[in-house]
Amino acid sequence: MNRCVERLYNGIIKENPTFVLMLGMCPTLAVTSSLINGFGMGMTTMVVLTASNAIIALLRNIIPDKVRMPAFIVIVASFVTIVQFMLQAYLPSLNSALGIYIPLIVVNCIILGRAEAYASKNPVIPSIFDGIGMGLGFTLGLSCLGLVRELIGSGTVASFRLIPEDYCIKIIGLAPGAFFVLAGLVAIQNKIRISHGKKPKDMKCCSDCSGCNLECGERKEAAKDSDFVKEEA
Amino acid sequence: MSEMLNVSSNPHVRDKQTTQMIMLDVTIALLPAGIFGIYNFGIRALLVILVTIAAAVFTEFLYEKLMHKTITVYDLSAVVTGLLLALNLPSTIPFWIAILGAVFAILIVKQIFGGLGQNFMNPALAARCFLLLSFTGKMTAFTYDGVTGATPLYNMKHGESYDLLHMFLGNTAGTIGETSALALLLGAAYLLIKKIIDFRIPVFYIGTFTIFALIYTACNGGVDFTFIAGQLCGGGFMLGAWFMATDYVTSPVTPMGRIIFGICLGLLTGAFRLLSSENSGAEGVSYAIIFCNLLVPLIERITIPRGFGREKKKSAA
Repeated sequence: MNRCVERLYNGIIKENPTFVLMLGMCPTLAVTSSLINGFGMGMTTMVVLTASNAIIALLRNIIPDKVRMPAFIVIVASFVTIVQFMLQAYLPSLNSALGIYIPLIVVNCIILGRAEAYASKNPVIPSIFDGIGMGLGFTLGLSCLGLVRELIGSGTVASFRLIPEDYCIKIIGLAPGAFFVLAGLVAIQNKIRISHGKKPKDMKCCSDCSGCNLECGERKEAAKDSDFVKEEA
Repeated sequence: MSEMLNVSSNPHVRDKQTTQMIMLDVTIALLPAGIFGIYNFGIRALLVILVTIAAAVFTEFLYEKLMHKTITVYDLSAVVTGLLLALNLPSTIPFWIAILGAVFAILIVKQIFGGLGQNFMNPALAARCFLLLSFTGKMTAFTYDGVTGATPLYNMKHGESYDLLHMFLGNTAGTIGETSALALLLGAAYLLIKKIIDFRIPVFYIGTFTIFALIYTACNGGVDFTFIAGQLCGGGFMLGAWFMATDYVTSPVTPMGRIIFGICLGLLTGAFRLLSSENSGAEGVSYAIIFCNLLVPLIERITIPRGFGREKKKSAA
Protein backbone atom coordinates (compact mmCIF):
# COMPACT_ATOMS: atom_id res chain seq x y z
CA MET A 1 0.00 0.00 0.00
CA ASN A 2 3.07 2.21 0.02
CA ARG A 3 2.28 3.34 -3.49
CA CYS A 4 -1.18 4.46 -2.40
CA VAL A 5 0.19 6.62 0.41
CA GLU A 6 2.66 8.09 -2.05
CA ARG A 7 -0.27 8.95 -4.35
CA LEU A 8 -2.08 10.73 -1.51
CA TYR A 9 1.05 12.71 -0.60
CA ASN A 10 1.63 13.49 -4.24
CA GLY A 11 -1.90 14.85 -4.70
CA ILE A 12 -2.12 16.87 -1.53
CA ILE A 13 1.38 18.32 -1.24
CA LYS A 14 3.80 17.60 -4.02
CA GLU A 15 1.53 18.17 -6.98
CA ASN A 16 -1.26 20.09 -5.35
CA PRO A 17 -3.58 20.84 -8.27
CA THR A 18 -4.40 24.38 -7.13
CA PHE A 19 -1.09 25.70 -5.89
CA VAL A 20 1.47 23.69 -7.88
CA LEU A 21 -0.14 22.43 -11.07
CA MET A 22 -2.43 25.44 -11.35
CA LEU A 23 -5.17 23.26 -12.83
CA GLY A 24 -8.91 23.77 -12.63
CA MET A 25 -8.57 27.53 -12.26
CA CYS A 26 -12.11 28.24 -13.41
CA PRO A 27 -13.93 26.78 -10.36
CA THR A 28 -10.99 27.80 -8.16
CA LEU A 29 -11.51 31.46 -8.92
CA ALA A 30 -15.26 31.43 -9.38
CA VAL A 31 -16.80 29.59 -6.45
CA THR A 32 -14.39 30.26 -3.59
CA SER A 33 -16.14 33.33 -2.24
CA SER A 34 -16.78 31.40 0.99
CA LEU A 35 -15.27 28.47 2.88
CA ILE A 36 -18.37 26.30 2.48
CA ASN A 37 -18.54 26.85 -1.26
CA GLY A 38 -14.85 26.11 -1.74
CA PHE A 39 -15.03 22.97 0.41
CA GLY A 40 -18.22 21.80 -1.34
CA MET A 41 -16.71 22.29 -4.76
CA GLY A 42 -13.56 20.44 -3.73
CA MET A 43 -15.45 17.47 -2.29
CA THR A 44 -17.75 17.26 -5.32
CA THR A 45 -14.75 17.22 -7.61
CA MET A 46 -13.06 14.61 -5.44
CA VAL A 47 -16.02 12.24 -5.68
CA VAL A 48 -16.18 12.58 -9.45
CA LEU A 49 -12.41 12.30 -9.80
CA THR A 50 -12.13 9.16 -7.68
CA ALA A 51 -15.01 7.40 -9.39
CA SER A 52 -13.92 8.31 -12.90
CA ASN A 53 -10.29 7.36 -12.16
CA ALA A 54 -11.47 3.94 -10.96
CA ILE A 55 -13.61 3.25 -14.01
CA ILE A 56 -11.02 4.56 -16.46
CA ALA A 57 -8.34 2.43 -14.82
CA LEU A 58 -10.65 -0.60 -15.14
CA LEU A 59 -11.30 0.09 -18.80
CA ARG A 60 -7.78 1.22 -19.66
CA ASN A 61 -7.01 -1.85 -21.78
CA ILE A 62 -10.36 -1.78 -23.56
CA ILE A 63 -10.58 1.87 -24.58
CA PRO A 64 -8.88 2.33 -27.98
CA ASP A 65 -6.17 4.96 -27.94
CA LYS A 66 -7.65 7.00 -30.75
CA VAL A 67 -10.98 7.64 -29.07
CA ARG A 68 -9.80 7.81 -25.45
CA MET A 69 -10.74 11.47 -24.95
CA PRO A 70 -14.42 11.05 -25.90
CA ALA A 71 -14.51 7.88 -23.84
CA PHE A 72 -13.06 9.68 -20.79
CA ILE A 73 -15.52 12.52 -21.17
CA VAL A 74 -18.49 10.15 -21.37
CA ILE A 75 -17.37 8.45 -18.15
CA VAL A 76 -16.71 11.74 -16.35
CA ALA A 77 -19.99 13.24 -17.56
CA SER A 78 -21.94 10.25 -16.23
CA PHE A 79 -20.49 10.72 -12.77
CA VAL A 80 -21.02 14.48 -12.84
CA THR A 81 -24.67 13.90 -13.69
CA ILE A 82 -25.06 11.44 -10.81
CA VAL A 83 -23.34 13.80 -8.38
CA GLN A 84 -25.45 16.73 -9.51
CA PHE A 85 -28.67 14.82 -8.98
CA MET A 86 -27.49 13.85 -5.53
CA LEU A 87 -26.60 17.44 -4.67
CA GLN A 88 -30.00 18.59 -5.90
CA ALA A 89 -31.66 15.98 -3.72
CA TYR A 90 -29.65 16.31 -0.51
CA LEU A 91 -27.76 19.63 -0.57
CA PRO A 92 -29.91 22.00 -2.64
CA SER A 93 -28.35 25.11 -1.12
CA LEU A 94 -24.83 24.06 -2.08
CA ASN A 95 -26.12 23.09 -5.51
CA SER A 96 -27.56 26.51 -6.12
CA ALA A 97 -24.43 28.22 -4.75
CA LEU A 98 -22.16 26.29 -7.10
CA GLY A 99 -24.57 26.61 -10.02
CA ILE A 100 -23.12 26.10 -13.47
CA TYR A 101 -19.76 25.03 -12.05
CA ILE A 102 -21.12 21.57 -11.17
CA PRO A 103 -21.83 20.59 -14.80
CA LEU A 104 -18.54 22.24 -15.74
CA ILE A 105 -16.65 19.65 -13.67
CA VAL A 106 -16.89 17.52 -16.83
CA VAL A 107 -14.31 19.70 -18.53
CA ASN A 108 -12.23 20.34 -15.41
CA CYS A 109 -8.66 19.76 -16.50
CA ILE A 110 -7.72 18.09 -13.22
CA ILE A 111 -10.09 15.23 -13.97
CA LEU A 112 -9.17 14.79 -17.62
CA GLY A 113 -5.54 15.41 -16.71
CA ARG A 114 -5.46 12.61 -14.13
CA ALA A 115 -7.37 10.29 -16.44
CA GLU A 116 -4.84 10.90 -19.20
CA ALA A 117 -1.70 11.06 -17.06
CA TYR A 118 -2.39 8.41 -14.45
CA ALA A 119 -5.58 6.36 -14.53
CA SER A 120 -5.22 5.28 -18.16
CA LYS A 121 -1.79 3.78 -17.43
CA ASN A 122 -2.10 2.36 -13.91
CA PRO A 123 -4.09 -0.29 -12.03
CA VAL A 124 -7.35 0.44 -10.26
CA ILE A 125 -6.29 0.76 -6.61
CA PRO A 126 -3.49 3.31 -7.10
CA SER A 127 -5.76 5.20 -9.50
CA ILE A 128 -8.44 5.46 -6.83
CA PHE A 129 -5.88 6.77 -4.36
CA ASP A 130 -4.57 9.15 -6.99
CA GLY A 131 -8.12 10.47 -7.35
CA ILE A 132 -8.54 10.80 -3.59
CA GLY A 133 -5.15 12.50 -3.23
CA MET A 134 -5.74 14.95 -6.04
CA GLY A 135 -9.29 15.56 -4.83
CA LEU A 136 -8.10 16.26 -1.29
CA GLY A 137 -5.38 18.54 -2.64
CA PHE A 138 -7.97 20.42 -4.66
CA THR A 139 -10.31 20.60 -1.66
CA LEU A 140 -7.46 21.90 0.48
CA GLY A 141 -6.60 24.57 -2.08
CA LEU A 142 -10.19 25.70 -2.53
CA SER A 143 -10.87 25.68 1.21
CA CYS A 144 -7.80 27.83 1.92
CA LEU A 145 -8.85 30.25 -0.78
CA GLY A 146 -12.45 30.29 0.44
CA LEU A 147 -11.38 30.74 4.06
CA VAL A 148 -9.15 33.73 3.35
CA ARG A 149 -11.60 35.35 0.96
CA GLU A 150 -14.56 34.90 3.27
CA LEU A 151 -12.62 36.18 6.28
CA ILE A 152 -11.29 39.31 4.58
CA GLY A 153 -14.13 39.88 2.16
CA SER A 154 -17.13 39.46 4.41
CA GLY A 155 -15.58 39.08 7.85
CA THR A 156 -16.98 35.62 8.54
CA VAL A 157 -15.75 32.05 8.72
CA ALA A 158 -18.43 29.52 7.75
CA SER A 159 -21.01 32.28 8.34
CA PHE A 160 -19.67 32.96 11.86
CA ARG A 161 -18.79 36.64 12.13
CA LEU A 162 -15.25 37.47 13.27
CA ILE A 163 -14.69 40.94 11.82
CA PRO A 164 -17.31 43.72 11.97
CA GLU A 165 -18.85 44.44 8.61
CA ASP A 166 -17.41 47.98 8.48
CA TYR A 167 -13.88 46.61 8.35
CA CYS A 168 -14.33 44.09 5.53
CA ILE A 169 -12.47 44.61 2.28
CA LYS A 170 -15.29 43.60 -0.01
CA ILE A 171 -13.24 43.37 -3.19
CA ILE A 172 -11.55 40.24 -1.82
CA GLY A 173 -14.91 38.48 -1.97
CA LEU A 174 -15.51 39.68 -5.53
CA ALA A 175 -13.90 38.34 -8.69
CA PRO A 176 -10.67 40.43 -8.57
CA GLY A 177 -10.11 39.29 -4.99
CA ALA A 178 -9.93 35.67 -6.16
CA PHE A 179 -6.87 36.55 -8.22
CA PHE A 180 -5.27 38.57 -5.42
CA VAL A 181 -5.71 35.81 -2.86
CA LEU A 182 -4.69 32.98 -5.19
CA ALA A 183 -1.54 34.85 -6.18
CA GLY A 184 -0.79 35.59 -2.53
CA LEU A 185 -1.25 31.98 -1.40
CA VAL A 186 0.82 30.59 -4.29
CA ALA A 187 3.56 33.07 -3.44
CA ILE A 188 3.55 32.01 0.22
CA GLN A 189 3.67 28.30 -0.56
CA ASN A 190 6.41 28.84 -3.16
CA LYS A 191 8.42 30.69 -0.54
CA ILE A 192 8.02 27.77 1.90
CA ARG A 193 8.70 25.19 -0.80
CA ILE A 194 11.87 26.91 -1.97
CA SER A 195 13.31 27.28 1.50
CA HIS A 196 12.55 23.64 2.41
CA GLY A 197 12.73 22.12 -1.05
CA LYS A 198 15.18 19.62 -2.42
CA LYS A 199 17.83 20.72 -4.82
CA PRO A 200 17.26 19.50 -8.37
CA LYS A 201 20.35 17.26 -8.03
CA ASP A 202 18.66 15.06 -5.47
CA MET A 203 15.65 14.50 -7.68
CA LYS A 204 15.20 11.72 -10.18
CA CYS A 205 12.85 11.47 -13.08
CA CYS A 206 9.51 10.24 -11.86
CA SER A 207 8.21 9.76 -15.43
CA ASP A 208 5.53 12.32 -14.68
CA CYS A 209 6.61 15.48 -16.41
CA SER A 210 3.86 17.66 -14.96
CA GLY A 211 5.48 17.81 -11.55
CA CYS A 212 9.05 17.76 -12.74
CA ASN A 213 11.44 20.64 -12.30
CA LEU A 214 14.51 18.93 -13.64
CA GLU A 215 16.42 20.45 -16.50
CA CYS A 216 15.79 18.75 -19.81
CA GLY A 217 19.29 17.24 -20.00
CA GLU A 218 19.05 15.91 -16.49
CA ARG A 219 15.61 14.62 -17.28
CA LYS A 220 16.97 12.45 -20.08
CA GLU A 221 19.85 11.30 -17.92
CA ALA A 222 17.56 10.38 -15.09
CA ALA A 223 15.06 8.76 -17.40
CA LYS A 224 17.61 6.22 -18.59
CA ASP A 225 17.37 4.16 -15.47
CA SER A 226 13.70 4.68 -14.85
CA ASP A 227 11.30 1.79 -15.33
CA PHE A 228 8.97 3.86 -17.43
CA VAL A 229 11.39 4.17 -20.33
CA LYS A 230 12.22 0.47 -20.28
CA GLU A 231 8.57 -0.39 -20.56
CA GLU A 232 8.13 1.97 -23.46
CA ALA A 233 11.12 0.48 -25.26
CA MET B 1 43.12 70.71 -29.22
CA SER B 2 42.95 71.44 -25.57
CA GLU B 3 39.48 69.96 -25.21
CA MET B 4 39.07 66.22 -25.01
CA LEU B 5 36.70 64.67 -27.46
CA ASN B 6 34.05 62.80 -25.62
CA VAL B 7 33.30 59.57 -27.45
CA SER B 8 30.47 57.59 -26.02
CA SER B 9 27.57 55.46 -27.04
CA ASN B 10 24.07 56.88 -27.43
CA PRO B 11 21.95 58.63 -26.22
CA HIS B 12 23.88 61.69 -27.29
CA VAL B 13 21.24 64.25 -26.44
CA ARG B 14 21.38 64.89 -22.76
CA ASP B 15 19.22 66.80 -20.37
CA LYS B 16 19.46 67.76 -16.73
CA GLN B 17 15.89 66.56 -16.19
CA THR B 18 15.56 63.93 -13.46
CA THR B 19 12.69 61.85 -12.17
CA GLN B 20 12.83 63.85 -8.97
CA MET B 21 12.39 67.15 -10.82
CA ILE B 22 9.49 65.88 -12.88
CA MET B 23 7.76 64.52 -9.80
CA LEU B 24 8.37 67.80 -7.99
CA ASP B 25 6.74 69.67 -10.87
CA VAL B 26 3.73 67.34 -10.80
CA THR B 27 3.44 67.91 -7.06
CA ILE B 28 3.58 71.68 -7.57
CA ALA B 29 0.94 71.40 -10.29
CA LEU B 30 -1.34 69.48 -7.93
CA LEU B 31 -0.96 72.09 -5.19
CA PRO B 32 -3.76 74.45 -6.35
CA ALA B 33 -6.23 71.56 -6.36
CA GLY B 34 -4.94 70.33 -3.01
CA ILE B 35 -5.08 73.76 -1.39
CA PHE B 36 -8.55 74.35 -2.76
CA GLY B 37 -9.62 70.96 -1.39
CA ILE B 38 -8.32 71.93 2.05
CA TYR B 39 -10.11 75.30 1.82
CA ASN B 40 -13.25 73.52 0.68
CA PHE B 41 -13.38 70.59 3.10
CA GLY B 42 -11.39 71.89 6.05
CA ILE B 43 -8.45 70.60 8.06
CA ARG B 44 -9.66 67.02 7.75
CA ALA B 45 -8.77 67.07 4.06
CA LEU B 46 -5.21 68.17 4.91
CA LEU B 47 -4.90 65.28 7.35
CA VAL B 48 -6.11 62.79 4.75
CA ILE B 49 -3.56 64.11 2.25
CA LEU B 50 -0.70 63.96 4.76
CA VAL B 51 -1.61 60.49 6.03
CA THR B 52 -1.91 59.07 2.52
CA ILE B 53 1.39 60.53 1.34
CA ALA B 54 3.15 59.34 4.51
CA ALA B 55 1.72 55.84 4.11
CA ALA B 56 2.77 55.66 0.46
CA VAL B 57 6.32 56.84 1.13
CA PHE B 58 6.70 54.63 4.18
CA THR B 59 5.43 51.55 2.31
CA GLU B 60 7.88 52.15 -0.50
CA PHE B 61 10.74 52.67 1.94
CA LEU B 62 9.87 49.59 4.00
CA TYR B 63 9.47 47.30 1.00
CA GLU B 64 12.74 48.38 -0.56
CA LYS B 65 14.52 48.09 2.76
CA LEU B 66 13.21 44.59 3.41
CA MET B 67 13.89 43.42 -0.15
CA HIS B 68 17.40 44.94 -0.10
CA LYS B 69 16.68 47.15 -3.07
CA THR B 70 17.86 50.67 -3.79
CA ILE B 71 15.80 53.08 -1.74
CA THR B 72 13.94 55.23 -4.27
CA VAL B 73 11.76 57.33 -2.01
CA TYR B 74 13.79 60.43 -2.87
CA ASP B 75 12.56 60.40 -6.45
CA LEU B 76 9.24 61.63 -5.02
CA SER B 77 7.17 59.24 -7.14
CA ALA B 78 5.62 57.75 -4.01
CA VAL B 79 4.73 61.28 -2.88
CA VAL B 80 2.93 61.90 -6.17
CA THR B 81 1.11 58.57 -5.94
CA GLY B 82 0.04 59.32 -2.37
CA LEU B 83 -1.04 62.83 -3.24
CA LEU B 84 -3.03 61.70 -6.29
CA LEU B 85 -4.71 58.99 -4.26
CA ALA B 86 -5.59 61.45 -1.47
CA LEU B 87 -7.08 63.88 -4.00
CA ASN B 88 -9.28 61.00 -5.15
CA LEU B 89 -10.67 60.30 -1.68
CA PRO B 90 -13.54 62.04 0.06
CA SER B 91 -12.45 64.13 3.04
CA THR B 92 -14.61 62.02 5.37
CA ILE B 93 -12.72 58.80 4.63
CA PRO B 94 -11.46 56.94 7.74
CA PHE B 95 -7.67 57.14 7.93
CA TRP B 96 -7.14 53.39 7.94
CA ILE B 97 -8.88 53.12 4.57
CA ALA B 98 -6.65 55.84 3.15
CA ILE B 99 -3.60 54.00 4.48
CA LEU B 100 -4.86 50.70 3.05
CA GLY B 101 -5.26 52.37 -0.33
CA ALA B 102 -1.74 53.79 -0.23
CA VAL B 103 -0.29 50.40 0.72
CA PHE B 104 -2.20 48.71 -2.09
CA ALA B 105 -1.06 51.33 -4.60
CA ILE B 106 2.61 51.09 -3.72
CA LEU B 107 2.96 47.46 -2.71
CA ILE B 108 0.64 45.55 -5.02
CA VAL B 109 0.40 47.77 -8.08
CA LYS B 110 3.86 49.33 -8.14
CA GLN B 111 6.54 47.43 -6.22
CA ILE B 112 5.49 43.85 -6.92
CA PHE B 113 5.66 44.56 -10.63
CA GLY B 114 9.15 46.00 -10.26
CA GLY B 115 8.82 49.55 -8.94
CA LEU B 116 8.66 52.82 -10.81
CA GLY B 117 8.50 52.36 -14.55
CA GLN B 118 7.23 48.80 -14.36
CA ASN B 119 3.72 49.28 -13.02
CA PHE B 120 1.13 48.30 -15.62
CA MET B 121 -1.55 50.65 -14.39
CA ASN B 122 -1.66 53.92 -12.53
CA PRO B 123 -1.12 52.99 -8.85
CA ALA B 124 -3.24 55.81 -7.43
CA LEU B 125 -6.17 55.00 -9.69
CA ALA B 126 -5.91 51.27 -9.15
CA ALA B 127 -6.01 51.93 -5.41
CA ARG B 128 -8.99 54.22 -5.83
CA CYS B 129 -10.90 51.52 -7.73
CA PHE B 130 -9.82 48.94 -5.15
CA LEU B 131 -11.23 51.12 -2.36
CA LEU B 132 -14.32 52.05 -4.35
CA LEU B 133 -15.23 48.39 -4.81
CA SER B 134 -14.36 47.51 -1.22
CA PHE B 135 -15.89 50.41 0.67
CA THR B 136 -18.50 51.76 -1.71
CA GLY B 137 -20.46 53.51 1.04
CA LYS B 138 -17.53 55.26 2.69
CA MET B 139 -15.90 56.19 -0.61
CA THR B 140 -19.03 57.98 -1.80
CA ALA B 141 -20.00 59.65 1.49
CA PHE B 142 -19.47 63.19 0.26
CA THR B 143 -20.14 66.15 2.48
CA TYR B 144 -19.96 69.81 1.66
CA ASP B 145 -20.30 72.55 4.29
CA GLY B 146 -21.12 69.87 6.84
CA VAL B 147 -24.04 68.60 4.81
CA THR B 148 -23.98 65.17 3.25
CA GLY B 149 -24.94 65.54 -0.35
CA ALA B 150 -24.75 63.99 -3.76
CA THR B 151 -22.08 65.13 -6.18
CA PRO B 152 -23.20 67.37 -9.05
CA LEU B 153 -22.34 64.53 -11.40
CA TYR B 154 -24.79 62.27 -9.59
CA ASN B 155 -27.44 64.96 -9.84
CA MET B 156 -26.79 65.33 -13.56
CA LYS B 157 -27.18 61.63 -14.11
CA HIS B 158 -30.49 61.62 -12.33
CA GLY B 159 -31.81 64.72 -14.08
CA GLU B 160 -31.64 67.00 -11.05
CA SER B 161 -30.40 70.57 -11.03
CA TYR B 162 -26.75 71.56 -10.88
CA ASP B 163 -24.86 74.85 -10.83
CA LEU B 164 -22.28 75.03 -13.59
CA LEU B 165 -20.34 77.95 -12.11
CA HIS B 166 -19.98 76.18 -8.77
CA MET B 167 -18.82 73.07 -10.56
CA PHE B 168 -16.16 75.06 -12.40
CA LEU B 169 -14.95 76.87 -9.29
CA GLY B 170 -15.30 73.81 -7.10
CA ASN B 171 -17.80 74.78 -4.39
CA THR B 172 -19.45 71.38 -4.54
CA ALA B 173 -19.38 67.99 -2.90
CA GLY B 174 -16.86 65.48 -4.17
CA THR B 175 -13.43 64.05 -3.48
CA ILE B 176 -10.75 66.34 -2.09
CA GLY B 177 -9.02 67.23 -5.32
CA GLU B 178 -11.58 66.80 -8.06
CA THR B 179 -14.14 69.50 -7.34
CA SER B 180 -12.42 72.57 -8.75
CA ALA B 181 -11.90 72.43 -12.50
CA LEU B 182 -10.28 75.87 -12.30
CA ALA B 183 -7.57 74.82 -9.82
CA LEU B 184 -6.85 71.68 -11.83
CA LEU B 185 -6.58 73.66 -15.06
CA LEU B 186 -4.10 76.02 -13.37
CA GLY B 187 -1.94 73.04 -12.47
CA ALA B 188 -2.32 71.57 -15.95
CA ALA B 189 -1.22 74.86 -17.50
CA TYR B 190 1.90 74.77 -15.33
CA LEU B 191 2.70 71.23 -16.51
CA LEU B 192 2.16 72.19 -20.15
CA ILE B 193 4.37 75.28 -19.86
CA LYS B 194 7.11 73.27 -18.17
CA LYS B 195 6.65 70.63 -20.89
CA ILE B 196 6.16 67.90 -18.33
CA ILE B 197 3.09 66.54 -20.08
CA ASP B 198 2.22 66.21 -23.72
CA PHE B 199 -0.95 67.94 -24.86
CA ARG B 200 -2.05 65.03 -27.05
CA ILE B 201 -3.56 62.70 -24.46
CA PRO B 202 -5.68 65.26 -22.55
CA VAL B 203 -6.74 67.17 -25.67
CA PHE B 204 -7.87 64.08 -27.55
CA TYR B 205 -9.42 62.65 -24.38
CA ILE B 206 -11.45 65.78 -23.73
CA GLY B 207 -12.25 66.20 -27.42
CA THR B 208 -13.53 62.67 -27.88
CA PHE B 209 -15.56 62.84 -24.71
CA THR B 210 -17.09 66.19 -25.77
CA ILE B 211 -18.11 64.76 -29.14
CA PHE B 212 -19.48 61.67 -27.41
CA ALA B 213 -21.54 63.85 -25.04
CA LEU B 214 -22.64 66.02 -27.96
CA ILE B 215 -24.00 63.03 -29.85
CA TYR B 216 -25.52 61.68 -26.65
CA THR B 217 -27.41 64.89 -25.92
CA ALA B 218 -28.41 65.27 -29.57
CA CYS B 219 -29.99 61.82 -29.42
CA ASN B 220 -31.70 62.62 -26.11
CA GLY B 221 -33.75 65.72 -26.80
CA GLY B 222 -31.47 68.30 -28.34
CA VAL B 223 -27.90 69.47 -27.93
CA ASP B 224 -27.35 70.75 -24.39
CA PHE B 225 -24.08 72.63 -23.95
CA THR B 226 -24.64 73.23 -20.23
CA PHE B 227 -24.85 69.47 -19.75
CA ILE B 228 -21.65 68.88 -21.71
CA ALA B 229 -19.79 71.59 -19.80
CA GLY B 230 -21.07 70.13 -16.55
CA GLN B 231 -19.82 66.69 -17.54
CA LEU B 232 -16.40 68.15 -18.32
CA CYS B 233 -16.16 70.04 -15.00
CA GLY B 234 -17.80 67.41 -12.85
CA GLY B 235 -16.33 64.41 -11.12
CA GLY B 236 -12.76 63.34 -11.68
CA PHE B 237 -12.65 64.24 -15.35
CA MET B 238 -10.20 67.15 -15.21
CA LEU B 239 -8.03 65.44 -12.59
CA GLY B 240 -8.00 62.25 -14.64
CA ALA B 241 -7.42 63.84 -18.03
CA TRP B 242 -4.53 66.13 -17.04
CA PHE B 243 -2.82 64.26 -14.21
CA MET B 244 -3.67 60.55 -14.34
CA ALA B 245 -3.97 59.74 -18.04
CA THR B 246 -0.66 61.50 -18.69
CA ASP B 247 1.29 59.34 -16.23
CA TYR B 248 4.58 58.54 -18.00
CA VAL B 249 4.70 54.90 -17.06
CA THR B 250 1.19 53.94 -18.07
CA SER B 251 0.64 55.98 -21.22
CA PRO B 252 1.99 55.33 -24.73
CA VAL B 253 5.30 56.92 -25.76
CA THR B 254 4.56 57.30 -29.45
CA PRO B 255 2.72 60.49 -30.55
CA MET B 256 0.20 58.51 -32.59
CA GLY B 257 -0.26 56.10 -29.71
CA ARG B 258 -1.09 58.99 -27.42
CA ILE B 259 -3.81 60.15 -29.79
CA ILE B 260 -5.31 56.65 -29.95
CA PHE B 261 -5.00 56.39 -26.15
CA GLY B 262 -6.88 59.68 -25.71
CA ILE B 263 -9.64 58.62 -28.07
CA CYS B 264 -10.06 55.27 -26.29
CA LEU B 265 -10.27 57.08 -22.97
CA GLY B 266 -12.91 59.49 -24.28
CA LEU B 267 -15.06 56.73 -25.71
CA LEU B 268 -14.85 54.58 -22.58
CA THR B 269 -15.51 57.46 -20.20
CA GLY B 270 -18.50 58.43 -22.30
CA ALA B 271 -19.82 54.90 -22.26
CA PHE B 272 -19.30 54.49 -18.51
CA ARG B 273 -20.76 57.87 -17.57
CA LEU B 274 -23.61 58.34 -20.01
CA LEU B 275 -24.67 54.92 -21.24
CA SER B 276 -24.52 52.97 -17.97
CA SER B 277 -27.70 52.13 -16.11
CA GLU B 278 -29.37 54.46 -13.63
CA ASN B 279 -28.26 52.46 -10.62
CA SER B 280 -24.58 52.26 -11.43
CA GLY B 281 -22.24 55.02 -10.35
CA ALA B 282 -22.10 58.32 -12.15
CA GLU B 283 -18.31 58.24 -12.39
CA GLY B 284 -16.33 56.43 -15.07
CA VAL B 285 -13.02 58.24 -15.41
CA SER B 286 -10.95 56.02 -13.15
CA TYR B 287 -12.19 52.77 -14.66
CA ALA B 288 -11.67 54.13 -18.17
CA ILE B 289 -8.09 55.14 -17.40
CA ILE B 290 -7.01 51.90 -15.75
CA PHE B 291 -8.65 49.90 -18.52
CA CYS B 292 -6.82 51.92 -21.18
CA ASN B 293 -3.58 51.51 -19.19
CA LEU B 294 -3.88 47.81 -20.01
CA LEU B 295 -4.20 48.60 -23.72
CA VAL B 296 -1.02 50.67 -23.79
CA PRO B 297 1.37 47.84 -24.80
CA LEU B 298 -0.94 46.95 -27.71
CA ILE B 299 -1.30 50.59 -28.75
CA GLU B 300 2.45 51.05 -28.69
CA ARG B 301 2.96 47.94 -30.73
CA ILE B 302 0.82 49.15 -33.62
CA THR B 303 2.19 52.70 -33.55
CA ILE B 304 5.94 52.06 -33.55
CA PRO B 305 7.30 54.73 -35.89
CA ARG B 306 9.10 53.68 -39.06
CA GLY B 307 12.84 53.75 -38.58
CA PHE B 308 14.73 56.39 -40.61
CA GLY B 309 15.58 54.99 -44.02
CA ARG B 310 13.41 51.92 -43.65
CA GLU B 311 10.97 51.04 -46.38
CA LYS B 312 7.33 51.71 -45.92
CA LYS B 313 5.29 48.66 -45.12
CA LYS B 314 3.63 47.41 -48.25
CA SER B 315 -0.09 47.22 -47.86
CA ALA B 316 -1.41 43.72 -48.18
CA ALA B 317 -2.56 43.41 -51.75
